[in-house]
Amino acid sequence: MEFLRPATWDEALAAKAEHPSALPISGGTDVMVELNFDRHRPSALLDLNRISELTAWESGRFEGQEGEVIRLGAAVPYARITRELSRELPGLALAGNTVGSPQIRNRGSVGGNLGGASPAGDAHPALLAAGRDVLVEAESVRGTRLIPIDEFYVGVKRNSLEPDELIRAVRIPVADGPQQFSKIGTRNAMVIAVCAFGIALHPKNGTVGTGIGSAAPTPRRAVEAEEFIAGELAERGLWESGALIGPAAIQRFGELVTAAASPIDDVRGTAAYRRHALAVMARRTLTWTWNEYTQSLRSAA
Amino acid sequence: MSQIRTEKNLQNITTAHPDGIGGSPLRPDGILKVKGEFAYSSDMWHEDMLWGMALRSPHAHAKILSVDITEAVKHPGVQAVMTYDDIPGSKFYGLEIKDQPALATGKIRYHGEAIAIVAADHPETARRALAKIKVEYELLPTITTEEQCLDPETHGYVHEPSEYKGHASGNIVHSQKVISGLGVTDEVRALADVVIKGDYVVGMQDQAFLGPESGMAVPAEDGGIDLYIATQWLHVDREQIAPVLGLPENKVRLTLAGVGGAFGGREDLSMQIHACLLAQRTGKPVKIVYSREESFFGHVHRHPAKLTYETGATRDGKLVYCDARIVLDGGAYASASPAVVGNAASLGMGPYEIPNVNMLAVALYSNNPSCGAMRGFGAVQACFAYEAQMDKLAAALDIDPVELRQLNAVEQGSIMPTGQEIDSPAPVAELLRRVKALPLPPALDTTHLDVRDIPGALSNTSHGEGIVRGVGYAVGIKNVGFSEGFDDYSTARVRLEVIGGEPVAMVHTAMAEVGQGGVTVHGQIARTELGVERVTIHPANTEVGSAGSTSASRQTYMTGGAVKLAAEAVRNELLALGRKRYGWDYNDLSLVGGKVVSASAGALVPIADLLGDSAIDLTREHHHRPTVPFDKETGQGFGHVQYTFCAHRAVVDVDVELGLVKVVELAAAQDVGKALNPLSVVGQIQGGSTQGLGLAVMEEIVVKDGKVRNPSFTDYLIPTILDTPPQPVDVLELADEHAPYGLRGVGEAPTLSSTPAVVAAIRQATGLALNRVPVRPEHLTGTGE
Repeated sequence: MEFLRPATWDEALAAKAEHPSALPISGGTDVMVELNFDRHRPSALLDLNRISELTAWESGRFEGQEGEVIRLGAAVPYARITRELSRELPGLALAGNTVGSPQIRNRGSVGGNLGGASPAGDAHPALLAAGRDVLVEAESVRGTRLIPIDEFYVGVKRNSLEPDELIRAVRIPVADGPQQFSKIGTRNAMVIAVCAFGIALHPKNGTVGTGIGSAAPTPRRAVEAEEFIAGELAERGLWESGALIGPAAIQRFGELVTAAASPIDDVRGTAAYRRHALAVMARRTLTWTWNEYTQSLRSAA
Repeated sequence: MSQIRTEKNLQNITTAHPDGIGGSPLRPDGILKVKGEFAYSSDMWHEDMLWGMALRSPHAHAKILSVDITEAVKHPGVQAVMTYDDIPGSKFYGLEIKDQPALATGKIRYHGEAIAIVAADHPETARRALAKIKVEYELLPTITTEEQCLDPETHGYVHEPSEYKGHASGNIVHSQKVISGLGVTDEVRALADVVIKGDYVVGMQDQAFLGPESGMAVPAEDGGIDLYIATQWLHVDREQIAPVLGLPENKVRLTLAGVGGAFGGREDLSMQIHACLLAQRTGKPVKIVYSREESFFGHVHRHPAKLTYETGATRDGKLVYCDARIVLDGGAYASASPAVVGNAASLGMGPYEIPNVNMLAVALYSNNPSCGAMRGFGAVQACFAYEAQMDKLAAALDIDPVELRQLNAVEQGSIMPTGQEIDSPAPVAELLRRVKALPLPPALDTTHLDVRDIPGALSNTSHGEGIVRGVGYAVGIKNVGFSEGFDDYSTARVRLEVIGGEPVAMVHTAMAEVGQGGVTVHGQIARTELGVERVTIHPANTEVGSAGSTSASRQTYMTGGAVKLAAEAVRNELLALGRKRYGWDYNDLSLVGGKVVSASAGALVPIADLLGDSAIDLTREHHHRPTVPFDKETGQGFGHVQYTFCAHRAVVDVDVELGLVKVVELAAAQDVGKALNPLSVVGQIQGGSTQGLGLAVMEEIVVKDGKVRNPSFTDYLIPTILDTPPQPVDVLELADEHAPYGLRGVGEAPTLSSTPAVVAAIRQATGLALNRVPVRPEHLTGTGE
C-alpha cells in the first residue's frame, strides 16, 4: 500500500489524479477501522493531514447562495464544530456532539462522513435539513464542482464524487431559524445511529428542512413531510402568529417522516422500530424547534 | 463498612498494619494501567519472532472435504502451515471433556472454528498466506434451536454417537436434576393458593475483556516450550497443552503475561496450543494476538438460556413449591458446560426456602458458538428467572416485593434444595433491608435539564418527554470455589529474608492476576502475618504448584488462604528459631513492625537480626473443605464450599415512547465475610453490577443460524460511563468460620442480581412483562421480534 503525503492542496489534487483509487484519510476514524478489520485494502492512502486549510472554516457570502454561509473545511473536527459553530450551524453542532466518543470527535470530520457516505453518518441528516443550497466543494485538477447536498448521496456508501475528486469544503448557509438533531442508539454514548433525524426551520423562505439517517440506503430528506408542514405553517399564518402547530399536524408530520424512510431489519434494530422512532423524533424535534421559534418571535416583539 | 463483625476465627497473633488486611493499599499495577504503561500479553516482543494466525471457518456446520495448503506454504515469508494432521500428540483438548480438536478435522461445528495455522515473518504475510489455503466444504444443515438439538434423529448430531464424549447422549452434554421435599406433584400443587408460571430467555453475553487473546511461545533448548500467556489458570492450561504437543508437562513451562480482563473468557484455551505448535515446528518464538473480531470467535461466551418456572405459594406469601427447567445452549464443544449445569440446577431456586422442588437443568450441544465460564456461571441465568417469578408472585398477592423475598429468604441453618445446610451467615433478609433503606436518588429535574442525565443522553432524543421512573429489587445466591467434589487447591510459597538490612517477604504463587487484585491482597496477607513492610510478589508461573483458577470468586479464599498458611509456617519457623537461639518460653509472640514482640515482655529482637543471612522459604497447599458430587437423579449432596449473597436496588428512567433506558442508580448490599481490601471489594461489587446491567439492557452476541452477527465493539455494546450510574454499596462483614479470615468470595454475586433488579425497574416503569434479556428498545415499544 502506498502512503501519499501531499504538503499542499494542489499536490493533493495531483496525487488524486495520478492515483484515482487512493483513499483520502484525515482523522482516520472510519478509514482505520476498515483497514484494521481488514475489510478494505486500498492501493494507496492519501493523507490530508498536512494541509492545514482543511481544518479551517470561514464565514462569508458566496455566489449562488443566499445570505451568510459557513465554508467548513473538510477536516474541521466535530469537537470544534460543536464548540465554535453552535450558533451558526446548530443542527450540525448537535449532530457532531453525538459522534462516537470525545476522542473520535476530536479527529472525525464532515469531510470524512461525506467521503464514506454511510447512511449512518451523523452529519448527513443535519446537512440535508440545513437547506437545499448546502453545497459540497468537490475539486480535481480539472476544476471545482459544487454538488448540491441533495445530489451528493447516490447509493449505499456511494457518493457522486468522481474518482479524481477530493472534498475541499462544505458550504452551509448560516441557520436562519432553530435546528435540531436526534439520534437513536442502544446505549447512552458511543453508538452508531440505529436511526437519526435532523430538522431545520427556515423562516426566511418559509420552508422546513429534514434529514433521515440510517433508515434508507442513503441519507434522505422527508420531502412530503417538509412540504406538508411548510404548507400548514403558511396556510395558518403560523410563521407570523407563532401559535401552536397543534397535535394533529405534528402527528401527521411524524407519519410522513416515517413514510419517507425505507429501513431494514439488522443487528442494530428492526425496521418497525426505526419507523416508530423516526415518528417520535420527528414529532419531538418539530415541537422543540417550533417552541424555540415562537420564543424568539416573542422576545423580538 | 458495617460494624457487625465476628472474628472468632481470627487469630490474634496477626498484627494490624495500615497496608495489611482490612486496609486499602493501592494496586501495584494500577497507575501503570491507567497511564497505558502496563505491559499486556499483546505487547511482548522477541527477536526473530514469528507471527501466528489461524484460518477460521465461515460456516457453522460443514464437512471439510479437503484442505489444500500448497500455495500458502510457497508464500514468501511463511515458515510453517499446519493442519490437524501435523499435530504431534493427542488431537483433542478440553477443560473436563476433551471433545475439542486443536484444529478441525472432518467437520466444522461452529462459525469461527480454526482449521489451519500459519507462522510468518509479519502479520500481513500470515494473513495473505491464510487467504491462499483452499478449503472445500460441504455445508450441513445447522443444529441451533432447542427443538433441533433435542431431536437428533431428525436434525442430526453435533457429535456423532461414535464420537460423543459428554455425560449424557444425543445433543445433550450434561443434565442435572434436583428434587427435594415431595418434588412437584399434583398433591403438592394442590397445597398452593397461587401459582405463577413464566418462560424466560437470557441472550448470549460476552465477557468483553479489553485485552485480546495473546501470548508468545518460545522454544527451549531442552525441546520444551516456554509460554508467556494471559490466562486464568496456568496449570490447567499446561495440562491441556502438553499432551497435544506430545511433551511431558515439565517440558511445558508457563509464565503469566499481562492480562487485560478475563471474566471466565480465559478459562478455556484460545491461542495457546496454536502458538506452541508453531514454535515447536519452526524452532522460533511465535506470537499470536487476536484481532477484536477474532477474539469474539476465540473464546467461549455465557450460555444463552431458556428457563421455564412454575412457582406455588400460599395466600400469605410462603413458597410451597417450584418446578423449573433450565436449558442452556452449550454450543459446539463442552467447555465448562457440566459445571455450569450443576450451578444452575443447585442454585436455580434462589436464596429462598422452598419445601418442594423439582428442577432439571441441561446443557445442549449445538452449532452455535461454544459457551462456558462467565462471571456468575449458571447462577446468572437462573437469577433472572426466579427473581422475575418473585415479582410476579408479589404482584399477584399484593405483597411488597421486598417483603415477599424477606418472608421466604434463607438464613444460616436453612437447607438448600440439594439437602446442603447453609452453615455460615446467610443474611439475605438483612441485605434486602439495607439496600431498601438507602436513600433514593432525587427525581429527574426537568427544569434544569442536562441531556446526559436522561435516556439517550447526548443523542438528544428527549427533553423530558416520555420519561417514566421505575424501581426494582433483586437478590441472588452464588457459590464460591469449585463444587461437586472438586479439590481446587491452591499453592503458595513464601520466602522471608533480609535485604538491605530489612526483612522482606516474597510471595510466589501461580495465581493469575486478571484484575481481581490478588497481587495486592497477597502483600496485605504477608504484612499482616509476618509484620514486615516490604513484600515482593514473584511473577506467576508453573515453577510453583497450582493456584487453581482465577474464577468462581475463589482466589482470595483459596490462594489468599494458601499465602496465609505459608506465611504462618514461615512465622512459626522464625519463632522456633528464636526460641532455640534465645530460649524464649513466651506464649504471646507475634511479629510487629519488623520485630519479634512479646505481648508481655515487649520487643525482643528485630527479625533482621534473628534471620541474619538465612532465609526461610516454605510452600503450603490450601485445600477447602471437601464437597461431593450431586446425586444424578435427586441432586442431593454437600456440593458447594461456600455461599455468597448480594442484593440490588435499581432505579431507572425509561423513555417509554422510544424504549430507551437510563439506569439512574444501582445500589448494592453484599455480605463479604471480611473485606481484606475494602476498596477492592467495592470495586468488585460495582464492576460485577455493571456487567449485570450490561446484560439487562444491551449486551448480546446475536447469532442467526449459527452465524455470529456482531463480532465487534461497534455492535456488541457494553456500558459506557454514561450508562454506568452511581452505585452506593453497603458491605456487610459476617465471618464464615470455614474460610480464611472469615472471608467470602466477592466477585460474582453482584453480577447475578443486578440484571433482574434493572429489569424489574423497567417493568415497573413500563408495565411490560419483559421475559427476555437484554431488553431492547424494540421490546419496550412493541416493534420487534
